[in-house]
Amino acid sequence: MNNMPKTRTQATGPTSRMDGKRILLEVKNLKKHFPIKSGILFQHEVAAVKAVDGVTFHIYEGETLGLVGESGCGKSTTGRTILQLYRPTAGSVKFEGVELTELKGSALRRMRRKMQMVFQDPYASLNPRMSVGRIVAEPLVVHNIGTKKEREERVAELLELVGLNPYFVRRYPHEFSGGQRQRIGLARALALNPKFIVADEPISALDVSIQAQVVNLMQELQENLGLTYLFIAHDLSMVRHLCDRVAVMYLGKLVEVAESEELYTNPLHPYTQALLSAVPVPDPVVEETRQRIILKGDVPSPINPPVGCNFNTRCPVSVDVCFSQEPELIEVLPEHWVACHRVI
Amino acid sequence: MTVAEGAEPISLSEEEYARSSPWLDSWRLFRRNKASVVALIVLAIIFAIAITAKFWTHVGLLDARTGAEARHTINPANLPAQDPYPDPGICARDGQDRNPDWCGWIGEDALVLVQELQCYRPEPDPTQRQWCYLLGGDSSGKDWMTQTVYGAQVSLAVGVVGATMSLIIGLIYGVISGYYGGRVDMVMMRIIDFLYGFPTLVMIILLQVFFTEVAREYQDAGRKGLVGFLLNLNKEMGGLLFLFIALGALAWIGMARQARGLVLSYREKEFVEAARAVGATDRRIIFVHLLPNVLGPLIVLETLAIPGYIFTEAFLSFIGLGVQPGTPSWGAMISEVRTRGGFFSNRHILLVPSVALVITTLAFNFLGDGLRDALDPRMRGT
Ligand SMILES: Nc1ncnc2c1ncn2[C@@H]1O[C@H](COP(=O)(O)OP(=O)(O)OP(=O)(O)O)[C@@H](O)[C@H]1O
Ligand SMILES: [Mg+2]
Repeated sequence: MNNMPKTRTQATGPTSRMDGKRILLEVKNLKKHFPIKSGILFQHEVAAVKAVDGVTFHIYEGETLGLVGESGCGKSTTGRTILQLYRPTAGSVKFEGVELTELKGSALRRMRRKMQMVFQDPYASLNPRMSVGRIVAEPLVVHNIGTKKEREERVAELLELVGLNPYFVRRYPHEFSGGQRQRIGLARALALNPKFIVADEPISALDVSIQAQVVNLMQELQENLGLTYLFIAHDLSMVRHLCDRVAVMYLGKLVEVAESEELYTNPLHPYTQALLSAVPVPDPVVEETRQRIILKGDVPSPINPPVGCNFNTRCPVSVDVCFSQEPELIEVLPEHWVACHRVI
Repeated sequence: MTVAEGAEPISLSEEEYARSSPWLDSWRLFRRNKASVVALIVLAIIFAIAITAKFWTHVGLLDARTGAEARHTINPANLPAQDPYPDPGICARDGQDRNPDWCGWIGEDALVLVQELQCYRPEPDPTQRQWCYLLGGDSSGKDWMTQTVYGAQVSLAVGVVGATMSLIIGLIYGVISGYYGGRVDMVMMRIIDFLYGFPTLVMIILLQVFFTEVAREYQDAGRKGLVGFLLNLNKEMGGLLFLFIALGALAWIGMARQARGLVLSYREKEFVEAARAVGATDRRIIFVHLLPNVLGPLIVLETLAIPGYIFTEAFLSFIGLGVQPGTPSWGAMISEVRTRGGFFSNRHILLVPSVALVITTLAFNFLGDGLRDALDPRMRGT
């Protein structure tokens, strides 16, 4: 039996977070290809969905990195591959210096205590046949932590932490609203006292009025518990005030990574510019002059991505080199990385 | 302590909430369906009658298996003294309209038998007469009431055992196939596709023929061992063992497909992913997360499949490939009409087992409908 994790509160506020700049998670050239198989009796691989195709970034301890991109560009796959829910096709994921891709069995299980996930669909992410108490206690049971009584106490503590009445332990998920379910999912994710949480569009399925509540709760928890988030979202407006830095993804690759304010005020990649042009601006004067950049065409298939820069089919400023050579993600300004031939 | 949203549906009392669970909710939903509740009660009665079949035999006075057996088991001394003995000619062999009502209910030979056993008073109270053969009898002296009651045992056993066996086999097969996926799944599903191509009834008939042949050969050779033991057991069970095996060997195929489909749909659900992210083992995911969700819909399907099993047994017994001769079964009872006639004159021979069959299968169908509303989450709210 293991000891019950204590929710440690951290004195340092959000401002001091970035000072140390210790890297918590390092992702290098991560790839996840899903094979497409064919054949009736003897299946063989005929192609692959290149859901994530060479992604490199890092996350500092205590920060929130936003991962933004259109539907199907591989954000969820990135998050899941980092947590080793999918085993990567290639590349490396280092968490606190430990190479996760090489871990197996109980070593991996031990690491799982430090990283958790919050899901998009509040209805599918809780087992309908388990009571809230069992759902939140599951991580403790799996890791054989504490006695039954200690677990009950911990569950009550966790429910309180996410703003739910501990009295709810014996209720079942269907009795809760979407926002409450997301809180239950958060409580489960926090049970083992993780350092890092992948939040896969945790608010996209919620009513706008409830989105803010959940975001605020997540921020509060981050400040109090010193959490690090990878916050996945499909549009930029949602992550602006929540994220310290934002990574923009397109068709399995990162096109731009920068600190939040920098990205919003000085987007360099044409794809980021197009995404930002779709975000309404609160200032009516600026909003008046806002020009929407409409991208031509559709997102190409991740099975057969374009040669060269994979954005070249839709890019308004593409030149010859974009069709032959793949641009690398380069730090053009301090903490501002872009993958575009036209930027340098 | 603030609770963020007040929009949760508090309509039950706090105490009820404490007891709320998906299974309890299912029960609440089930209760709403009146037809299903009636079906459940009807089935409970049928089960009770089947279990207490022994006691109904005394009512019928004649042993269910063979009329002849009864001759030995019933002690005439215990019967009310009859004086005078009934006139055997009371039911004329021709001219139905001259006969008392009950003549048509009792086969002619049986009448003689009954008279031998002094089990009814001839005059003048007709209710007393029918007490012996509440639902009539057949021409060999079997009491139809007792036969029906014992036949319920066979039908219910076939239904329950068929459903349980196909559920267990289908569930294990389907869960392995669906959960592990990949090549395992491929091979397992091809096997199912292959088996699915055969007409089930023909397969069961062939299996039964095979078992009968094996039984004969073994009997001729007088051999012992496991096969001998099974043959004996089958005999003890009146031929039900082989029927179970034949049914079980084929009924699971459809269920395995359903189980696999359900597992596939739940395997990709985010709560399973969440369990995996926490570090749960495959075993835990299967037993804690998949099975409780998959079981409800499968139980519904099995309940709805029970009438099929019951009909299959009845059909096999009707054509003589089901239970062994002498074992009461509704199908065998119906076949009496075929072998001995009486389609028009002795309607009860056909009617009694048919009505029993229809009531039982209808009850299972209605029960299944109610269970579907209650247990299958995909049907919730529709
Ligand atoms: N298990 C899988 N098997 C095969 N292909 C997959 C699998 N999961 C995802 N994909 C494919 O990988 C690509 C990226 O999917 P992913 O779910 O990561 O996108 P996303 O950016 O999260 O999109 P969304 O905003 O809709 O959630 C898609 O083309 C998807 O069809
Ligand atoms: Mg996604």
